[in-house]
Amino acid sequence: MKIGVPREVWPGECRVAASPANVKRLQKLGFSVLVETGAGLAASFDDDSYRKAGAQILDGAAAIWEQSDIVIKVRAPMKHPDLGTDEADLLREGGTLISFIWPGQEEELVQKLASRKATVLAMDCVPRISRAQKLDALSSMANIAGYRAVLEAAHHFGSFFTGQMTAAGKVPPAKVMVVGAGVAGLAAIGAARGLGAIVRAFDTRPEVEEQVHSMGAEFLTVKLEEDGTGSGGYAKQMSQAFIDAEHALFEEQAHDIDIIITTALIPGKPAPLLITEQAVKNMKPGSVIVDLAAERGGNTAGAVADQVIESHGVTIIGYTDLPSRMAKVSSNLYGNNICHLLDDMGGAEGYKVDEDDEVVRGSLVLNEGQMRWPAPVKKITEEMKASDPALQESTAVAPAEKKDRGPLALLLIGLALIAVGWSGDTGFLHQVTVFVLSCFVGYQVIWNVSASLHTPLMSVTNAISGIIIVGGMYQLGGSLEKPETILGVVAVLFATINIAGGFLVTQRMLKMFRR
Amino acid sequence: MIPYGAILSSYLVAAVLFILSLGGLSHQKTSRRGNLYGIIGMALAVGATALLILGKVQFPEGLAENFRDILLDDPTTSKVFAAAIGIGALIGSILAARVAMTAMPEMVAILHSFVGLAAVLVGISTYLGPGILVPEGGELVHNIEIYLAVFIGAITFTGSVLAFLKLRGSVSGKPLTLPGRHLLNLLMVAACIYLSIGFVTAESPTAWQPLLWMTLIACVIGFHMVAAIGGADMPVVVSMLNSYSGWAAAATGFMLKNDLLIVTGALVGSSGAILSYIMCRAMNRSFISVILGGFGTDGGGGGGTAAARDHGEVTTFDVDEMVEAMREASEIIIVPGYGMAVAQAQHSLSQMVDFLKEKGKTVRFGIHPVAGRLPGHMNVLLAEANVDYDIVLEMDEINGDFPATDLVMVIGANDIVNPDALEDPNSPIAGMPVLEVWKSETVVVMKRSMGTGYAGVQNPLFFKDNSRMLFGDAKEVVDQLMTGLRSH
Repeated sequence: MKIGVPREVWPGECRVAASPANVKRLQKLGFSVLVETGAGLAASFDDDSYRKAGAQILDGAAAIWEQSDIVIKVRAPMKHPDLGTDEADLLREGGTLISFIWPGQEEELVQKLASRKATVLAMDCVPRISRAQKLDALSSMANIAGYRAVLEAAHHFGSFFTGQMTAAGKVPPAKVMVVGAGVAGLAAIGAARGLGAIVRAFDTRPEVEEQVHSMGAEFLTVKLEEDGTGSGGYAKQMSQAFIDAEHALFEEQAHDIDIIITTALIPGKPAPLLITEQAVKNMKPGSVIVDLAAERGGNTAGAVADQVIESHGVTIIGYTDLPSRMAKVSSNLYGNNICHLLDDMGGAEGYKVDEDDEVVRGSLVLNEGQMRWPAPVKKITEEMKASDPALQESTAVAPAEKKDRGPLALLLIGLALIAVGWSGDTGFLHQVTVFVLSCFVGYQVIWNVSASLHTPLMSVTNAISGIIIVGGMYQLGGSLEKPETILGVVAVLFATINIAGGFLVTQRMLKMFRR
Repeated sequence: MIPYGAILSSYLVAAVLFILSLGGLSHQKTSRRGNLYGIIGMALAVGATALLILGKVQFPEGLAENFRDILLDDPTTSKVFAAAIGIGALIGSILAARVAMTAMPEMVAILHSFVGLAAVLVGISTYLGPGILVPEGGELVHNIEIYLAVFIGAITFTGSVLAFLKLRGSVSGKPLTLPGRHLLNLLMVAACIYLSIGFVTAESPTAWQPLLWMTLIACVIGFHMVAAIGGADMPVVVSMLNSYSGWAAAATGFMLKNDLLIVTGALVGSSGAILSYIMCRAMNRSFISVILGGFGTDGGGGGGTAAARDHGEVTTFDVDEMVEAMREASEIIIVPGYGMAVAQAQHSLSQMVDFLKEKGKTVRFGIHPVAGRLPGHMNVLLAEANVDYDIVLEMDEINGDFPATDLVMVIGANDIVNPDALEDPNSPIAGMPVLEVWKSETVVVMKRSMGTGYAGVQNPLFFKDNSRMLFGDAKEVVDQLMTGLRSH
C-alpha cells in the first residue's frame, strides 16, 4: 500500500505529516511512502533525507494525491493555492485520509470528502484513553505548544527567568503563572521551572493539584466548592460566581506575576475570558502574557490570534502556530502518532478499518463515504481519569507489610489464661479476664492517636490513673492512730493532686489547640 | 440507702467513660469531650466509693461482711479525709494553672511519681490492715498481689522523681553508667524475689520487714534505671513511666479485688506502652535498648570517630541575610526542637509565621516524633502560641516535601535533622528516621553554639554547602528577624 505525504499548504505551516524517521518506520510496517518535493523543507527535512530513508519523491501535489492509497496530512484539506482546486477533490475516489479534520466545525469539508467516498480518520478525534495515548496528537502538539509558549514569553520578557546573584547586582527570579494545567499547561510549568522561574498554576479541576505539585509549581485555587472536571480530561464551564472568584484571584496575582500563560479551553465553546482588562493593567510594565487559546477568542482581554500586541505596557502573544514554530520535533512526534495509528490498524499486511476497535471507531469520520462521526459515547469516564495526560504519576505506594505477630501473642495469652483457670481460683480468673480485655481495649483505642496529641493524652491518662484514690479510700476504716489509716489518707492526698492536676492541665492544653 | 448494684454499675459506667476519654483524645476534634468524659468518670467513681465507705450502701445478703472494715466511721478520720481531698485538689489546681507549657514534661513526670507513691502507700496499708475481707484460702494470692503492687509502685515513684529532676535540669541529663549495671539490676530483682518467698508465706501482717526492704530495693531499681537513660531518650522514659503508673494501679486493683482499678490501670498501662513503642520506633531503637540505657556515652565508639572527622567549615548567616532569604523563599518549613522550648521562642515564632503567611508564603512546621522532651511536646508549645494545627505536620507527612522547599529553618534542633542517621552506618544514631532538611534549597540552622545535641553526636548538616548557621538565642533571633522583616 502506498502512503502519500503532500506538502502542507496552510500559509505559514512548517510541519509535515512524516519525518524521514517516520518514513523508515512506515516502511517497516510494510507501506511504501511517496513524498511531495519540498514537503519537509520548512521542517528542515530536505528531499535527500527522505530519499535516503527510502521514500519516493514525486513532483507536485496532484501526483501524490492521485497515487496514494492513504494520504497523511497535518492540516485539514483546503483550497490548494497552486492548483486552484480543493485538496479534498484531489483525493482519489475511495481513498483514505488521515489528518486533523475538526469535523465539528468543518461540515462542508466532510460533505465534500463524503462525496469522494473517502475513508477519513481525524487525529483530533482520537479518544483520550490509556491505550490511545501513543497516538494522541493533540497531547503531543499541546506539549510542544506549552514548551514553546514559555520560550516565546522569555523572548519578549526583558529579564532572566532564574534569579541571579551577579557581581553587578541581584536579579530576582521571574514569577510565572500558568492557567489551565492540562498537557500544555504542565509542559509550560516544566519549561518555566527548568529555566528557573517561580511557577504557580491554576486549574478548576482539583485532581490535577498533585500533578502540578509534581512539576514543582504551586497550586492556586479558588475558595469555592465546585469541581470543574468535565468529560474527556477537559474542564467544563463553571458558574458565574466561580468565574468572578477566578477573575478576582487573577487580578490579585497579576500584581506579583511577570509572565502569564493561559491554556484554558472548553470543548465546543469559545475560550473563557480569564485574564480581564483589569488584570492586564495590574501587571508590571514589561510583563508578558502568552494566550494559547487565542485561536478560539483567547483567555485574555485584548488577545489577537496570530499577533503580538501591547496593552497597558504588557505584551500579549496570541500565536496559534506554536507547534509549527518547532516544526522539526512536532513533525516527528505527529508522524509517530500516525505510525502508531497505522500500526494499530494492522500495518500494510493486515490493514483494516475495524469499527469494533474503540480507537479506530473514535477517530473515524467517514468510512467509504458513510458518516461515522460522532462516535457513540461509551463508558469512558472512569478510564478518562486514569489516562488523561501521559504525565499522570503513580503515587500509590504499597503500604509496607507489617509482621503479623498477633496469632502468637493470642496463643500465649490463651495458654496463660488456661493455666490460671487450672489453679481453680475463679475470683482471680475473673480479674485476669477483666485485665486482659482492658489491655486490648487500651491497645485498640490508643493506636490511632495523632502524634500532636501525645502530651495531652499522657496527662489525661495520668489523671485517670489517679483512680488509685479508690484504693486509698478503702483503707480509711480505722482511727487515725493506726498506721494503715494514715497511709491511706496520704495516698488519697497524692492521688487527688494527681487527678486535679492531670485533668486541669489537659483542659488547659486542649483549649490552646485550634484550627 | 443505695443498693450495692448501683455502685457496681457506677464503676462500670466510669470504666466506659475512661475508655471514651482515651478514645476522644486520639483526635483534635473530640479531644475536649474526651477530657470531659474522664472528669465525669472520675467524679462518678470517687462519688460511688465515697457512698460505699460512708455506709450509705445497702448490701445484698452475706456481702456486708466483706465491706465492714472499710466503713469510715471514725469522725476524726472523716475530717482528715475531707481535708486531704480539699488540699490535694487545691495543690493540683495550682500546679496545673501555674505550670509553663515548656515545663510540661516535668509536670507529667512528677504526677507519675504521685501515682507510684500512692500505690506503695495503699499496698503497705492493705498489708497492715486489709479493708476488704480476704476470702478464705486467698491469702497467698493476696500477698503476691500486694508485693507486686508495691514493687511496681516503688519503681514508678523513684523513677519518676528522678525523671522530674533530670527534666528540670536539677540533675544532669547525662546517663549514669555504673560498671556492671545490668548485673546490679539483676541482683536487685533477685533480692526482691528472694524476699518475696519469706513474705508471701508468712502470716500477715507479721512479715512487714521483707516488704519494707523490698520497697527500698525497688526504689533503688527505679532510680538506677532512669539514671542510666540519656536525656535524648527522655520522651520514651516519660511514656514508659506513664505505663508503669498504670500497671501499678492495675496491681492495686487486683489487690483490692476492684475491677474499676484493674480496667483503668490496664488502659493506662497499655496506652503508655504503646506510646513508648511509637517513640522507640521514631528513633529506630528497640524498647529494650532504651530501657537498658547508656545511650550516647560510648566516647571511644561512633561518637568519638564522628567528632574527630574533618567536616570542613560552616557558613554563617547574619540576621539581614536571613531576612533576605525569607523574603525570597515561597515555600518555608520550620523544624523546631528543644532549643525553641528552652528559649520560649514559640510566641515570637508564631507572629513571624503569621507575617510570612500574609505575604503569601507557604509556611509549615515539620515535627519529629521525639522533638523536645516529651511526646508531642512541640505540638503543645505551638498550640499555646496559636499556631494552626493544620500547618503543623508530622515527619512522615512532610519528609517528601523538602526537595520542593526553598528554605528550611531549623530552630534549636540537632539530632532529629542529622543526615548521619541515614548516611553513616557507624553513627550512634544510625537508622533513626530524621527530617531530611538538607534536601531543600537552603537550610538555616538557628542554634546557640556549635555544641552537639543530646546524643553527643556531631552533625554534618552544619557543614553542607546549602546550610547556613545563625547563632544566638532562638527567641532573640526570631525577634530580630521579625524586626527585619517589618522594616523592609
